Amino acid sequence: MSGFPILSLMLLVPLVGAVACLKAGREQARMIALVTTLVDLALGAVLWANFDTGGAQWQFTERANLFAGFSWALGIDGIALVLIALTVFLMPICIGASWNSIEKRAGEYYAAFLLMETLMIGVFAAQDLFLFYIMFEAGLIPMYLIIGIWGGADRIYASYKFFLYTLLGSVLMLIAMFWMVNAAGTTDIPTLMQYNFPPHAQTWLFLAFFASFAVKMPMWPVHTWLPDAHVQAPTAGSVILAGVLLKMGGYGFIRFSLPMFPVASAQFAPLVWGLSMAAVVITSLIALVQHDIKKLIAYSSVAHMAIVTIGLFAFNVQGLEGSMLIMLSHGLVAGALFLGVGVIYDRLHTREIDRYGGLAINMPYFALFFLLFTMASIGLPGTSGFVGEFLSLMGVYQASSWVALVCTTGIILGAAYMLYLYRRVIFGEQKNADAAAMPDLDTREWLMMVPLGLVVLWMGVYPESFLAPMRKDIAMLDARVAVAAPKGDAQVKKGAAKPAAEHEAAEHNDAQGEAH
Amino acid sequence: MHPILIIVFLPLLAAIVAGLGNKKLGFVPSKVVTTGALFISCALSWPIFLSFLNGSAEASVVPVLQWVKSGDLDFQWALRVDTLTAVMLVVITSVSALVHLYSWGYMSEEPDQPRFFAYLSLFTFAMLMLVTADNLVQMFFGWEGVGLASYLLIGFWFRKPSANAAAMKAFVVNRVGDLGFMMGIFGVFLVFGTVSIPTILQTAPGVLNGSTIGFLGYRLDTATVLCILLFIGAMGKSAQLGLHTWLPDAMEGPTPVSALIHAATMVTAGVFMVCRLSPLFECSPTALGFVTFIGAATCFFAATIGTTQTDIKRVIAYSTCSQLGYMFFAAGVGAYGAAMFHLFTHAFFKALLFLGAGSVIHAMHHEQDMRYYGGLRKHIPLTFWAMTMGTLAITGVGIVDVAGFAGFYSKDAILEAAFARGTELSHFAFFMGIFAALLTSFYSWRLVFLTFFGKPRWEQSEHIQHAVHDAHGHGHDDHAHDHAHGHDDHAHAHHDAHGDGTAGYHPHESPFNMLVPLGILSLGAIFAGIVFNHAFVSEGEGEFWKGALVFHEHLIHAMHGVPHWVKWAPFTVMATGLLIAWYGYIKNTRFPAAFVDQFGFLYKFLLNKWYFDELYHFLFVRPALWLGRVFWKVGDQGIIDRFGPNGAAWVVAKGSKAAVKLQSGYLYSYALVMLVGLVGAISWVIAR
Repeated sequence: MSGFPILSLMLLVPLVGAVACLKAGREQARMIALVTTLVDLALGAVLWANFDTGGAQWQFTERANLFAGFSWALGIDGIALVLIALTVFLMPICIGASWNSIEKRAGEYYAAFLLMETLMIGVFAAQDLFLFYIMFEAGLIPMYLIIGIWGGADRIYASYKFFLYTLLGSVLMLIAMFWMVNAAGTTDIPTLMQYNFPPHAQTWLFLAFFASFAVKMPMWPVHTWLPDAHVQAPTAGSVILAGVLLKMGGYGFIRFSLPMFPVASAQFAPLVWGLSMAAVVITSLIALVQHDIKKLIAYSSVAHMAIVTIGLFAFNVQGLEGSMLIMLSHGLVAGALFLGVGVIYDRLHTREIDRYGGLAINMPYFALFFLLFTMASIGLPGTSGFVGEFLSLMGVYQASSWVALVCTTGIILGAAYMLYLYRRVIFGEQKNADAAAMPDLDTREWLMMVPLGLVVLWMGVYPESFLAPMRKDIAMLDARVAVAAPKGDAQVKKGAAKPAAEHEAAEHNDAQGEAH
Repeated sequence: MHPILIIVFLPLLAAIVAGLGNKKLGFVPSKVVTTGALFISCALSWPIFLSFLNGSAEASVVPVLQWVKSGDLDFQWALRVDTLTAVMLVVITSVSALVHLYSWGYMSEEPDQPRFFAYLSLFTFAMLMLVTADNLVQMFFGWEGVGLASYLLIGFWFRKPSANAAAMKAFVVNRVGDLGFMMGIFGVFLVFGTVSIPTILQTAPGVLNGSTIGFLGYRLDTATVLCILLFIGAMGKSAQLGLHTWLPDAMEGPTPVSALIHAATMVTAGVFMVCRLSPLFECSPTALGFVTFIGAATCFFAATIGTTQTDIKRVIAYSTCSQLGYMFFAAGVGAYGAAMFHLFTHAFFKALLFLGAGSVIHAMHHEQDMRYYGGLRKHIPLTFWAMTMGTLAITGVGIVDVAGFAGFYSKDAILEAAFARGTELSHFAFFMGIFAALLTSFYSWRLVFLTFFGKPRWEQSEHIQHAVHDAHGHGHDDHAHDHAHGHDDHAHAHHDAHGDGTAGYHPHESPFNMLVPLGILSLGAIFAGIVFNHAFVSEGEGEFWKGALVFHEHLIHAMHGVPHWVKWAPFTVMATGLLIAWYGYIKNTRFPAAFVDQFGFLYKFLLNKWYFDELYHFLFVRPALWLGRVFWKVGDQGIIDRFGPNGAAWVVAKGSKAAVKLQSGYLYSYALVMLVGLVGAISWVIAR
């Protein structure tokens, strides 16, 4: 594989597809989009298969200097690899979800989606700071269009809100980037990840990046764009928004904030913890009282993303790997839940929970899939949701038992709001004749649900497939932030008298308590 | 291939086949697949148990698959087989196989049978994963897996709002316990650097000796913190005081489910956990004291409620809760063998009582209220005898040093151990246990007398009236489940028979496939104590357990040395309870009403289950919903949106209007910041 510009190809394929879609009619466009995304999926599989786990940190690197130190630099590590894999995996499913429901201006719709795929892969593959910035910000444009043109009744308000929030952070981040390039003399991300910025500068740089990533994440209290964006977006828009766009914030933290500003990260960890704790409790409670299915799942996303930030700022391997797994899992599970909502929305054209009920009777297989994804969202062991959540919380417990306790209440509240949703939509009597007449999943919907279901179980039972590629990168990041790692509040002290035999074991445990 | 792999994974396979095949597969194939799988698992489990019983087997671990590897944290999917597991294996697979068989009859009118059997098998798989766990996380997998199966089975009749509410309540309340369990696992990893159970238990005494840990701002004894966190998990799953509220409601599920999950197996998982981790718990006398106290309090508290309930299944549910309390305080005083022994015998007689109750409910056309039973022993004699065996076992009928029913051995061992332990708390547990035994005897015999003795009181039951009405008028409206036995059973009912309280209804004995499990479990209720007494609780206990749990030989000796009155106390209270029940429900049937008139307050307090549900609703459910609305309407919409994006949008809207007027505004925006230009581009696309 060496030398073959596979990453550029993966960026190019959807771009070509997008251009082709623009001029095509509805039938043609969706077929072009499907083939294009499947080709990219195949390329993603090739990419994964050729990724040398445990090999060089940056692989498939490409570099072409353009102008003024700005270069077309691509390359991935394990962290980027799994996120690219998530993107190319979800894209064909998104096209499938749009298959029948998008009728107006379909060519432009699919073009927007394919353009977004290019930009999302670009975000994860970019090795040049400004290339990253362009991809990162431009990625919003297609999403903005998708919500604004093909969205629901309040789409204009939602897209403006979405745009305003993200604009705020971007400007600050751009300024910070200029400063960094000036100080470090390079736009190369791998070099910057090793560069030690002066501590006082780190503080401001961290805050500038934080403004952008916290909105993208989204963290409480800058989360209110998400429920509106989700509610108004078409199904596929919600899937990709929850599935990939929310992961950009987490990716930003793991790629920029933590390795580039470790000292400031430690300094602001309590802030992140506080916001995350607030998010877990507050947004979970809000999710409990929602009447709109999509809004409920959107709020649950905020709560889940809070566990991601908690894990990232635990500064240990479990926390970091857990956060990565939650991001992957949430991408699949929240995507699948929105897809499920889309399935019934296509039939009844409402997101109002009360308009449903008793779907287990007329849509048993839909009920089964929705149960699987509900359980994965709740974090039932054996599904993808558990492993990440468990590792993240375990990681943060080593830093602070209070934070761990408050965030772990998320498992109770999560069960409450998701099961309450399930009960009202799937269980109960068939109150509404039109809801009772809805047919079960058709072939197209089966084809979308089955892969998601299988991967959710795979990640729950054998997460090693996903942990292995990023193990080395996480270890390096862990070493990089080791200086910043908080002492932890546990501080296990051994007893007075101790037989020599146990001494070594105890030594090791104490090290645990302090090192993490 | 090790047989344990087949034992554990065959039920999973059967669940998948029956669940996905569902109605396409058909009723009989799905039932054959699941029931067959369970009988195979059961047949493979008994030889394992017997080999541990005769001492020829050694503990072993069968690795299956890597699960998680993250930094120092590393654990596999693996199946551990030792004595403790072997005991649980036979309990789970035997009861599960019998319950599967029983359900052929009990659920025969149910249109959703494949789903039911798939859930049952799925449950069995999760339970087996729990008891074969070699690390805490796999135990947690099983723990939550049985929770899922329990949720699905309680809510099996998902059209009923009460069943849905109960299912959700069970899951959420269990999650409260699971929070403790998870925190416990985190703590264990922090302290031990591993989640492997054998490693933890081996190093626990050395590592924890005198060690302290910072927790929530306090500096506490490490062992105590870890054990109590883990025990909170056990309290949730085993419905102990405070986290018990889900268990009575769980009776909304079909009765075979109550027998399997909410009596014999899942709810005993907490006891299993404490026994499995007994070397860890031994490091903290404080935690053991806590276990003892919760167990003793629960066994008393649940028994008091059991005396006033009128729903036959709820009486047995509170009885289960109470018996679990016995098991916990047995573990708390260090008699882990006795705790496991009671778990073992209880599985048989409690499953028997539930399945017997199911047989009664089946005969009485889904009527569950004992006030509308009466005089049933002549109509369903086999069920009556089975229930009697179960009652003799649970009340612990037997003669000291001679012989007795199953519960006699295990309950007496627990009470003797509590007394022999000799601490203040263990004596508290002993007296609570004795008093609860009195109540147990009373409510158990009350159940039998109300159901099987006296005159029929069926005519007041709406279910019976429906049944009789349907049989005469052939009004098969909404009672789809009546059809199978509606025709021949009630065809010869007579209107003129109303005078005897039967409303002309003729209950029929349950079919063969329901009676066989009752018969087998009756044998268990009679003989499980006398046959296995020696292995579980005696000087030879250590050879049986082989270190699978902590065994105090001196406690066994002390148990033999307890005073005579201690040995005879359980018998005395059992006889007293029986006498009171006999007096109140056979001799002088006006006595209970008179008692209620006299002590109305006490009666209402017990009837309303100590008002726990009301309290929790007031303390947790309502505030949660209220807070959710406040955070949403006031926090998100009233503050964040109002001063954030809406304010900014207002400014932008004003600004862009001005820009439009200036015509050249777009160009400037583009030139200044690329992103502001987007506003124009997007506005153009949308407005086009």
